Amino acid sequence: MDRIRPNFEPGGKFEKLHSVFDGMDTFLFTPRSTAKRSGGVHIHDSIDSKRTMITVVLALMPCFFFGMYNTGYQHWLACGITDNLPFWSLMFYGFLAILPKVVVAYAVGLGIEFIVAQIRGEEIQEGFLVTGILVPMIIPVETPLWMLAVAVAFAVIFAKEVFGGTGYNVFNIALVTRAFLFFAYPAKMSGDSVFVATQPMFGFGPVAPDNFTCATPLGQIATASSGDFTLHGIGDTVISSWDAFIGLIPGSFGETSTLCIIIGAIILLASGIGNWRIMLSVVAGGLVMGWIANTCATPTYPASYLTPVDQLIYGGFAFAAVFMATDPVTAARTNTGKYIYGLLIGVIAVLIRTYNNGYPEGAMLAVLLMNAFAPLIDYCVVQANIRRRQKRLTAKLS
Amino acid sequence: MAEKINYKEVFFNPFSKNNPVVVQVLGICSVLAVTAKLEPALVMGLSVIAVLAFSNVIISLLRNTIPTNIRIIVQLVVVAGLVVIVDQLLKAYAYDVSKQLSVFIGLIITNCILMGRLEAFAMGNRPWPSFLDGVGNGCGYAIILVIVGFFREFLGSGTLFGCQVIPQWCYDHGYTNNGLMILPPMALIVVACIIWVHRSRNKDLQEQ
Repeated sequence: MDRIRPNFEPGGKFEKLHSVFDGMDTFLFTPRSTAKRSGGVHIHDSIDSKRTMITVVLALMPCFFFGMYNTGYQHWLACGITDNLPFWSLMFYGFLAILPKVVVAYAVGLGIEFIVAQIRGEEIQEGFLVTGILVPMIIPVETPLWMLAVAVAFAVIFAKEVFGGTGYNVFNIALVTRAFLFFAYPAKMSGDSVFVATQPMFGFGPVAPDNFTCATPLGQIATASSGDFTLHGIGDTVISSWDAFIGLIPGSFGETSTLCIIIGAIILLASGIGNWRIMLSVVAGGLVMGWIANTCATPTYPASYLTPVDQLIYGGFAFAAVFMATDPVTAARTNTGKYIYGLLIGVIAVLIRTYNNGYPEGAMLAVLLMNAFAPLIDYCVVQANIRRRQKRLTAKLS
Repeated sequence: MAEKINYKEVFFNPFSKNNPVVVQVLGICSVLAVTAKLEPALVMGLSVIAVLAFSNVIISLLRNTIPTNIRIIVQLVVVAGLVVIVDQLLKAYAYDVSKQLSVFIGLIITNCILMGRLEAFAMGNRPWPSFLDGVGNGCGYAIILVIVGFFREFLGSGTLFGCQVIPQWCYDHGYTNNGLMILPPMALIVVACIIWVHRSRNKDLQEQ
């Protein structure tokens, strides 16, 4: 790396590509320069934003591997095979299912980042590292690749680059991608035929029967007509809360397993990168709202029959709480603000899910909505603090 | 008027340099509302051209007789009268489109472009330049409407003026219309893109 560096310095052969080189260099090695000491105090730390991102990616890995297994598992079930499931075949099938999505998400997203960095003459911003892995994990497995590419391009350009790039975005990029898909191609993003892979991947794996359908648990609840419903997995197996906790249910790739999400949360908390205030308050908000909904459950809104704990383990709630709400860029910055922000996410997510039968899942919309309000929350918290201290000051003086 | 009016500038400025939608950012509400399809967008554009041109002329003729303190009321009455005429004409000759546009023809009255032009131009100029100004601004508005309508209908429904333009084999190979294009937020983003392109071509319009 150091040997070829001169080629990329100004005046070198590949001067135009210096941002690509710089990106690769700092990605593989520790940065060669940190903030210059120019009067002020800088805290020098080995954690730059690339290390942060890598930790998040690591925390996502349990969900990722479980998603691979679950995708294969659901597919095998869909084909009518229930016993003697070949573990490695399931994994390999899931791997083949997710690989193209990851490649497409990274190629499109990083491609745009590279181009923008070149145009602006800046370093490549590393923010897409996490987004690129998050996006394939929160969309249905049957999403066509071209839709994914369009949505990623839309999100990166309109939710991130026009705001100034990584660190300036108002909304979480991965969720904007999903929201774009959700509103632009509703038929491919919800319903009962998109969450389980039915075709062999690259010729690998068995073929599912034609017209196979299976809705996610929340999808089934939203269309349930009365209060007493049982949730069915593939092949009329009944889904219990335990299944939902482990994650062997139909759903988007990475979000089904609450267990793996908790492992990821522990990694994030242990490394100090995820924020416990937000996670805690999101969960608290979800529980409170789930409890309210559950105590006044009506058949009009079937999802209100879910117990508060079930609200947390079904659908994307846990995933949103751990990986989406804690995004340091789009969340509230002040500590008090973080509690308010998280609490409202939890409440709104369950509120949308329960009282709007058109949207079986509300976690995505809740986080996006609160992203928009985060600066306002911060402003109010800071102003309240200023007023309090001012009062104290005037009290002391008089 | 002391200064000499350049008719050409009066007519052509609103097309690009001083476009009511992308430069002055007026009339955005109707741009969001009526551009899901190209046909209503075009009809809306034409209606605004007609109303704006004639109300400009009428106000310009009356400009010396209108007492200043009730001028807004007079302007509103003139515009309202013209809007009712346009509305009735559309109901008589293009009923389907009129139904699609529903309340938005009536809401031309509240379109800021109209009041803006009446106040800023017709109140101080002779009828002929006022007419040109009205047509020019109307066209500037209509152009944006048609561009936005084109993209939204093309990408959102795969049609133009209701005719299928994206061939069937695309759908057979998994292409799906973009439902978001039909929803109003996308109109904002399309307008934003137009502004983006427009500003990057006209560097003097860029804010610091």
